[in-house]
Amino acid sequence: MAAPAILAEGLLKRYDDLVAVDRCSFVVEEGEVFGFLGPNGAGKTSIMRMIACVSPTTGGRLEVFGMSVDDRPREIKALIGVVSQENNLDPDLTVYENLTVFARFFEIDRAEAARRAGELIGFFGLDEKRDTVIESLSGGMKRRLTIARALINRPRLVILDEPTTGLDPQARALIWERLRSLRSAGSTILLSTHYLEEAERFCDRLVIMDGGRILVEGSPAEIVAARMGRAVIETVDDPAVIDCLEREGVVFERFGDLVHITTDAPDALVQRLVAACNPSRLSVRNATLEDVFLRLTGRGLRE
Amino acid sequence: MTPGSVSWRFRHVWGRNLHIFLRTWKVSFLPPIFDSLFFLIALGYGLGQFVQEIGGVDYARFVAPAIVAIGIMNGAYYETTYGSFVRMYYQKTFDALVATPVTIEEVIVGEILWGATKSVIYTVLILPILILLGLVSLPSSLLLLPLALVGGLLFGAIGLCFTAWTPSIDTLNYPSFLIITPMMVLSGTFFPLESLPLPVQYVAYGLLPLAHIVSIARGLTLPALAPFMLASAAWLLVATGLVMLLAIRLMKRRLVV
Ligand SMILES: Nc1ncnc2c1ncn2[C@@H]1O[C@H](COP(=O)(O)OP(=O)(O)O)[C@@H](O)[C@H]1O
Ligand SMILES: [Mg+2]
Repeated sequence: MAAPAILAEGLLKRYDDLVAVDRCSFVVEEGEVFGFLGPNGAGKTSIMRMIACVSPTTGGRLEVFGMSVDDRPREIKALIGVVSQENNLDPDLTVYENLTVFARFFEIDRAEAARRAGELIGFFGLDEKRDTVIESLSGGMKRRLTIARALINRPRLVILDEPTTGLDPQARALIWERLRSLRSAGSTILLSTHYLEEAERFCDRLVIMDGGRILVEGSPAEIVAARMGRAVIETVDDPAVIDCLEREGVVFERFGDLVHITTDAPDALVQRLVAACNPSRLSVRNATLEDVFLRLTGRGLRE
Repeated sequence: MTPGSVSWRFRHVWGRNLHIFLRTWKVSFLPPIFDSLFFLIALGYGLGQFVQEIGGVDYARFVAPAIVAIGIMNGAYYETTYGSFVRMYYQKTFDALVATPVTIEEVIVGEILWGATKSVIYTVLILPILILLGLVSLPSSLLLLPLALVGGLLFGAIGLCFTAWTPSIDTLNYPSFLIITPMMVLSGTFFPLESLPLPVQYVAYGLLPLAHIVSIARGLTLPALAPFMLASAAWLLVATGLVMLLAIRLMKRRLVV
């Protein structure tokens, strides 16, 4: 059997005294879209930088396409494309030059680089900006160009660290749309985000991280089903309601001024609660990854 | 340095800088040449009228090689301090490069070589002017070009050490005016080192790379085979190797986290 795209076992990353990645283990198969979710400081970037061979591991085992990141970084880097969290395009160069100059670092010859740059500019809808110096590009265009640049070596694995953070909804939609075509073409994609809805829709599998640890792993639907049940009933946190819930023997969690009750049979439970407790407000919605995160850590993902 | 960490791929790092330079050379290259010419006119021809000959040489011919040496120093040093810092810190260029099959060592070597290239380009441009003015002798002065390469590598590496150390672009001013500017006047540039007390001469030749570049440059342009030229050349080569290794070490400490 072929080696998985990524194999991490007990992966550890320390910066001086701070443990940023605390013995994480996961496997990403080729062709999968795999997500890292977690709040700022969870360790997403640290993991991705180790996979990209730009940051040394402190401990554990980390292999990309069966090669150890410690032993064969140059070969691994030839096979991957990286979109880092911070913009690092060349501000002095045009859109086209950003791609062709970058191609040299992969030993792609000039003619081939020109061909690929042309294709990628078309694919990412940057034709009109081809010869524009990138300083005058919008944030969304810059991000699209950064992704285009990461594809110049036709990578088997694409690593995207928060590809849509800081962009407006329209620009974000455009990027997801392009990433979807990439996914259909069979690329293995690794991405981090703190937009849960986007991750839920786009990832085959994902891990939720906090404080350097992986809290859960699986497909978005599996994770929600296993951890939450189908639905969440939300009601107000007032003493009368709490008393009533306790009397009825309903399990609930309090978050701020809200009370959450998770269930697989929302209709029956809602009827029962309305009848017994008569809360001033009550609503039902599908359970989401956000709820899972809230339950696991006691706080929201984006705060 | 780990084995296999420096391959010819550093030429792409150099090539990237060249590519950008070629788009902006008018802004980035004319100023240093004008600087040198102003110095030459003010010192060589202006001040020179009040200065007696030094060792049988008129003052303009005495300072011309020193001005070239200073240009060699500045060309590489300012490129790998302010220029490299902007690429490393503001543009995150190094981060983008090490995500390709290029290693951090190759990025550093490419940057130093690019600094040295600026020294060489400077020398290529200034030399014909000095020849036309009759201030330097041929063909020995053509050897200023390899001198520019070695001197440029050394000052490029020195600059990169400060870049690895500096917390911000402002603190880069300290090495400039605490080290580079004093070195500019204390290296036998505008007056002969021999006019200073012997211990000072020892210190200058022991520690100041520019003193060696000036001494070789002067030996080439006058030309007068100074007795210590070969010693100076050896000093420069050894220092260049050592400081390059130091630059790689310091930069890795800063960037590999
Ligand atoms: N270069 C570094 N030096 C010291 N600490 C760091 C460094 N990079 C990240 N950290 C710390 O490691 C932890 C994880 O950071 P990071 O991997 O960037 O998380 P995320 O990408 O999920 O926001 C944070 O506490 C962060 O402050
Ligand atoms: Mg991050």
